[in-house]
Amino acid sequence: MIYKIMLGIGLTIIIIAGLSLPMVEIPKFWYEMPIVPGLGDKARIIFFHVPTAWVSVIAFISSLYFGIKYLRTKEFVNDIKSSTAASLGFLFCILATLTGAIWAKFSWGTYWNWDPRQTSIFILLLIYGAYFTLRSSIENEEKKATLSAVYSIIAGLTVPFFIFIMPRIVSSLHPDPIVNPQAKIHMNPTMLTIFLISLLAFTGVYLWIFILKIRVLNLILHHKMKEHE
Amino acid sequence: MIKYLIPIIALFQKDFKSEIRTRYALNALVMFVITTISIILFAIAYETPPYEILAGILWIIIFFSAMSGMARTFISEEEKNTVMTLHIITTPITVYFGKLLFNLVLLVVINCFSTVLYILLMPNFSIKSPDIFIITLILGTIGLASTSTIIAAIIAKSNTKGTLYPVLSFPILLPLLLEVIKTTKLALEGEYFQKAIPDFQVMIAYFIVITTSSYLLFDYIWKD
Repeated sequence: MIYKIMLGIGLTIIIIAGLSLPMVEIPKFWYEMPIVPGLGDKARIIFFHVPTAWVSVIAFISSLYFGIKYLRTKEFVNDIKSSTAASLGFLFCILATLTGAIWAKFSWGTYWNWDPRQTSIFILLLIYGAYFTLRSSIENEEKKATLSAVYSIIAGLTVPFFIFIMPRIVSSLHPDPIVNPQAKIHMNPTMLTIFLISLLAFTGVYLWIFILKIRVLNLILHHKMKEHE
Repeated sequence: MIKYLIPIIALFQKDFKSEIRTRYALNALVMFVITTISIILFAIAYETPPYEILAGILWIIIFFSAMSGMARTFISEEEKNTVMTLHIITTPITVYFGKLLFNLVLLVVINCFSTVLYILLMPNFSIKSPDIFIITLILGTIGLASTSTIIAAIIAKSNTKGTLYPVLSFPILLPLLLEVIKTTKLALEGEYFQKAIPDFQVMIAYFIVITTSSYLLFDYIWKD
């Protein structure tokens, strides 16, 4: 209960603060944020777009982790966790793609222009799509779990290639406030605090849905097992 | 080393002989390549396409001919009910590397065929740096064979076999395809060899990563 209240408060703070706090040239008061060069008010998307991308990466890694765990232990719970993490990752990946596309429309002029970041998130969507296609095409539960775990591991291993290859093929126009060559954070404490609360709250939402889905799927599993007895 | 090599060669010979007898994959692939190239020739008519498009089309032909040819590597074993026999007489590692070797040979043959045909028929497709082009072709073929073998093993256990194959392979092959298209373009433009070396390193790394992970994971796919 306390968890949900905290999440509600956190998300309310982000929405209100992220959208309404003024952006000025030189911040003087605690509630003012600096102007990001070349972005202006469009920079506010950082509080909503970056956390979704962050959650989709977390979900992808945890899906990989539970997949490996399933292969080692052969416990069905791990497969349930792996596929649930993947489905939530897919959802957040779509959200990140859509918010990014809307932002790109106003910053770059088009919804989609095959920027390296857009290409890599597109590939992530393709991998998720292939993963679910594979899962739906196998009937045997045990085989489905094993093969999808193997596939997610192989797919996960190719992801680093995109991180190194894509920037070399085309230069990206994507702003990098968090990870940039100078390793600097172009945010003042206010902006950073809101951003970190946002990351935390979105991760919290992910964990909440994740735990709920695991509970439901576990109940279904137990019910099925009882029916068999 | 020899101890591991002999059963791998034996498995390769078995596949090779059955392929020579039926020529199922080879005939289908040759026809596939000829049809595709003629469709492209009709479509471009008398135009001279730019290098980017020529490089892209070549690898699209190679990708889809691999997708239609390699799919049967493990499905044929399932259909003929010879999976059990292989389980009894050999280890999973032998099966994986035997199939990889067979796929590699098949791909080398078909890629040589399609590249020669492509060079002869395509207007404007003249290679100015043969060294880059040949190494691209070799590394691309090796990478394609390693990925298509492990995905073929995965889809052999599913219900919708043929259609699933390109769907699963494409996201995994994409880094390789982007690289080979880039270096093919470099070869057409007549760049110096040094300029393509980083791309070749990525391709070699790709092959090593995929083959090692397949080697480690093949056990789980193969055992029921």
